[in-house]
Amino acid sequence: MEKAIKRYWPVFVLPTFAAFLIGFVWPFLQGLYLSFCKFITIDKASFNGLKNYIFALTEADFLHSFWFTALFTVVSTACINVAALAIALALTREIKGTNLFRSVFFMPNLIGGIVLGYIWNILLNCVLTLLGKPLLSLHAPYGFIGLVILMCWQQIGYMMIIYIAGLQSIPNDYLEAARIDGANERQILWKVKLPNLMPSITICLFLSLTNGFKLFDQNLALTGGDPAHKTEMLALNIYQTFYGRSGPQWKGYGQAKAVLFCILVVVIGLVQLKATRSKEVQQ
Amino acid sequence: MKKVFALLLTLSLCVGVLSACGGSKTETPASSGSDQETSAPAATGAVYYLNFKPEQDEAWQNLAKAYTEETGVPVTVVTAASGTYEQTLMSEIAKSTPPTLFQVNGPVGLANWKDYCYDLTGSDVLGQLTSDAYALKDGDATLGIAYVIESYGIIVNKTLLAKAGYSVDDIKSFANLKQVAEDITARKAELGFAAFSSAGMDGSSDWRFKTHLANLPIYFEYQDKGIGSTDAIEGTYLDNYKAIWDLYINNSTCDPAALSGKTGDDSRNEFLAGEAVFYQNGSWEYGNLVGDGKFTDDDLAMIPIYIGAGDEANQGLCTGTENYWCVNNSAKAEDIQATLDFMNWCVTSETGTKAMAEDMGFVIPFQAAQESPNLFVKQDAAYTAEGKTPVSWNFTTMPSENWKNELGTALTAYSAGTGDWDGVVSAFVDGWASEYAAANG
Repeated sequence: MEKAIKRYWPVFVLPTFAAFLIGFVWPFLQGLYLSFCKFITIDKASFNGLKNYIFALTEADFLHSFWFTALFTVVSTACINVAALAIALALTREIKGTNLFRSVFFMPNLIGGIVLGYIWNILLNCVLTLLGKPLLSLHAPYGFIGLVILMCWQQIGYMMIIYIAGLQSIPNDYLEAARIDGANERQILWKVKLPNLMPSITICLFLSLTNGFKLFDQNLALTGGDPAHKTEMLALNIYQTFYGRSGPQWKGYGQAKAVLFCILVVVIGLVQLKATRSKEVQQ
Repeated sequence: MKKVFALLLTLSLCVGVLSACGGSKTETPASSGSDQETSAPAATGAVYYLNFKPEQDEAWQNLAKAYTEETGVPVTVVTAASGTYEQTLMSEIAKSTPPTLFQVNGPVGLANWKDYCYDLTGSDVLGQLTSDAYALKDGDATLGIAYVIESYGIIVNKTLLAKAGYSVDDIKSFANLKQVAEDITARKAELGFAAFSSAGMDGSSDWRFKTHLANLPIYFEYQDKGIGSTDAIEGTYLDNYKAIWDLYINNSTCDPAALSGKTGDDSRNEFLAGEAVFYQNGSWEYGNLVGDGKFTDDDLAMIPIYIGAGDEANQGLCTGTENYWCVNNSAKAEDIQATLDFMNWCVTSETGTKAMAEDMGFVIPFQAAQESPNLFVKQDAAYTAEGKTPVSWNFTTMPSENWKNELGTALTAYSAGTGDWDGVVSAFVDGWASEYAAANG
């Protein structure tokens, strides 16, 4: 068998590898080149040097959207993971109807971001109207809170499933041993469950962190960046630069921003992965 | 045996993958046969029209079909979703079969796309234009031609207006309009309707105010200075803009704070349901207002948008165009020819002109044009016949989409009370200068 794999590996690897080259590597390289160009369509690009990057790094809206995104990511990652873990702990306690609860909590995740964004836009605006407060698209702090609520509602269920899986894979022996040794519930949670949950925590943090940074649909549908780009996150800012503006220079700016964005997401992901991996314990 | 089986499996997998890859690019005989009916037999050329107007999508599809039946030349019409034309055009034009016929909205739009526009000088369709003013030029080259002339103003529900004790003839100036609107508001509870339908600032509706209404202060400033475009607007008529905007939002069906969430459909439905007397929109809205279960021509009228500036006694509707046809110069030569033929057919043939006048409700600036049954279009002609001067469409000279968006945001904030009028002035005046510099710098 091993010999067969050795002989036939190209048959298995090459098609996917070719697709990867054509569908990812080549467009990525082309995108990298275009970030130094002015263009409307990619076949008529003219070189523009580093101007695109200089513009991107000095534009106030882009920098604002960076900090807005960073703040959003931190807040939403914390909220989602704490809540998801809490629910996962509650739903692994043999309560009646656990399975029903699990499915209900997971369901929001099955709805697309754009749809959710519009639904929550209507819901939150109704609430704000009843309270006599300015609507979402008029007051940036409300827009921010709205985005956090929306993301929590959507993501908690998903993360909860991962945490439940993690909790169920902790051998009962550990918990029994801890109990016999006289550990209370709190100690069991912190000293036994959490360390053994580290792989799940790594995955969940990684997912919610990158989800937060890459958020686009929900942002577009819920606030659309209003008022005056104040609730615009990085991805939406790039989109608006690229598509909301006319003129070849803006395409270049958008492309440069997208390259910076890509680097940022990769770096954050790697750092985060490394930081949590080191805390994982082997079972 | 096992080995052979594994090898067979591998092979079948391999074939499956490769044929799946190939299927999208090369064509099996069966699929290319059916393709020929819908798209490209390369010999005669083909037309691909990227349409800007969602209201007319169906009429264009029918016209395209009629042309294909008559001549055998395949015509594909694709309509971009409302508000996404530039994005759609940008991605479509980079494809291997790009649109051969597309639209720009005027000089500012043309600046972006002129490298892609075929010079129409000497073409048949250009010779059909009734006036040179409808050609969009860049130096000596004619790169676009207007294919529809439209009007906008304040659409009036005459029946409701009569109920309130007024008629269209009572409204001849901004002062009249204000008096009528405020009187209706004062008696809102008794009458059961409001003066204006909601001035929604959702993306589906805000162009009526950040673009169309904003045209009026720009128009009067241009008139005073005798110019047709500018790199820096002064905003001399912004007080009038504020006056009409205040009138719209304070005499409306809803609270000004709720406007940011109101859509174009909301506004139209309020008007259709008889909840409001006035509704600012244009001749393109005719098909949505008149018909079964809706209004008849006798119920409706369109009056000029008076803002208390200029010679109000002689002010007509806002009439002009932001729809220019451009032919893609990077298309294949035979496709360009096919496209030119198609355009010419649309504006000269019986079928084409009839479809444009009746199905689409357009007034087209071509010699063979037929009369449109569109009430608002007829009214525009009547106003002009009375000697009134139409207000030209100067919003095509607005420096960028972003300028409009910033103005819209400022207007929304002002209406809701989270911003003030200074914000609108700043977006209008300072925004113009900075956007102009960004677009042309």
